[in-house]
Amino acid sequence: MSTNYLLKRVDFIFKNENDWEDVLKKSITRPPQELINELISSELKGRGGAGFPTGLKWKVASEEKSDVKYVICNADEGEPGTFKDREILSRVPFKVLTAIAICGYVIGAKKGYIYLRGEYYFLQPELNKAISEFEYFCKEINFDFSIKIFMGSGAYICGEETALFESMEGKRGEPRNKPPYPSSFGYMGKPTVINNVETLAHTYTIFRYGSKRFYDLGVQYSRGSKLFSVSGDTPKPGIYELELGMSLADFVEEFGDDDTKAVQVGGASGFLVPRKKFAETNIGFQGKLVGISLPTGGSMMLFNSSRSMFNVLDNYLNFFAEESCGQCTPCRVGCQQLLMGIKAVKRGDKNAQYLDKLLKLAETMQITSKCGLGQSVANSFSSIVENFREEMIY
Amino acid sequence: MKPIIELIKDLADKHGRERHSLLPILQGVVEQEKYLSEYSMIEIARELDIPATEVFGTATFYSFLEHKKMGTYIIRVCKTITCAMKGEKQILLTIEDMLKIKVGETSSDGKFSLLQTNCLGFCHKAPAMLINNEVYTDLTPEKIREILTMYMNKKEGGENVN
Repeated sequence: MSTNYLLKRVDFIFKNENDWEDVLKKSITRPPQELINELISSELKGRGGAGFPTGLKWKVASEEKSDVKYVICNADEGEPGTFKDREILSRVPFKVLTAIAICGYVIGAKKGYIYLRGEYYFLQPELNKAISEFEYFCKEINFDFSIKIFMGSGAYICGEETALFESMEGKRGEPRNKPPYPSSFGYMGKPTVINNVETLAHTYTIFRYGSKRFYDLGVQYSRGSKLFSVSGDTPKPGIYELELGMSLADFVEEFGDDDTKAVQVGGASGFLVPRKKFAETNIGFQGKLVGISLPTGGSMMLFNSSRSMFNVLDNYLNFFAEESCGQCTPCRVGCQQLLMGIKAVKRGDKNAQYLDKLLKLAETMQITSKCGLGQSVANSFSSIVENFREEMIY
Repeated sequence: MKPIIELIKDLADKHGRERHSLLPILQGVVEQEKYLSEYSMIEIARELDIPATEVFGTATFYSFLEHKKMGTYIIRVCKTITCAMKGEKQILLTIEDMLKIKVGETSSDGKFSLLQTNCLGFCHKAPAMLINNEVYTDLTPEKIREILTMYMNKKEGGENVN
């Protein structure tokens, strides 16, 4: 039996882009405070994965006193299993551009950037065309705002906001200590709002239809809809916009291949959920929901019973060991030690109890790493080792 | 093909000579040369008036800014989880077999370099690869043979004629 109706499909992101001129014109006649309040009451949270309240971000940046401020659209979509931002930028670019400009109006910035990952270089010509058209319209209505694409060059870590600033400033993409936060000290040391592509696209919806339309979707603490990038062992891989708060069991019912053993929620830096926990797991931000609630940038990777969880973890750890920027010791050394460790256990060079030491190491990395990369390795490591311990050993 | 010094000057004129112009300049050189030689890094440092070590340090951080001589066509096969599950190994074997090179090598005619890369963001169409800036998805050994034959028949400099 299909439980199709339990997964509430939504069609906001990819619809109705042709009125962007109106949305822009109307929005920049409203007081900035009103737009901020609209965002705050929508309870939109960042769609890149971390889930910071968007309205608050804009509010803090708007209150900063500075002649120069920036808006940056984070299109460094590097999390394994995520591919929604590319789709947004190629299908509804004007929504994103409009949202960047409205944000500029709200916080008092004249310049916006799109940090596009090097792997998406092929998007550049079309996107530049859209930007020219957009800027032409801004001039027509006497709205002073410009947008530029900044290309990345193949570094996962540059999706971390402060590493992204460093990269734009012509340096190695090494994350900064926080605080200070981007809203007060961002690109070139100026107040900066940095939002994920999808987050910006949602603000467009909110400014066009009002916050209520958005707020009415989803559940408490996890309002609105979200794009999900579905891949792995599924008969229908692709991008789907769904209401937040769904149960993982319903998701698997819809997207699984009747043999789903586990789902990786949130990419390599997210959590692996084994079959026995599907029913108690919800997709959304931490709140007082029943059971576990997992935030996500929208990456949903399904694994069926033909997959070895050792190989999956091995693949993730290779990824992290390569993409760690190498700046802080827990992450640089930790990723390599975890990788060597699980291999040693598999070979039999270390006994099974060694896995407990590795779990401790992952915990240490979570506490002591400087940025989200090192801190989140423990998410997938611990959830895989704890739930599939025997596969790590035999 | 512009001489490197001229290329670097043009790029600096276009992007500026500040520190934050560095990445676009490095990318511009890589676009033409496919890699950054020590010579071009030193020249960029001179043009921007910053230490060459800074240029080297920045350039070597990014996986798409190669600092080893590369072929005309750089093949980057995705090795992250979904592509690995969907036959990335067979794809690599087919390429290695056709071009007679291993991962990390460049063919003797200087036309192809074969590399592995992390998630390209095409997990729903795995396995995937990049050849320079073009993406190829839903790969099979047969498809690889077709694509590579097309590139083998391309004349030098005849880029992006799809």
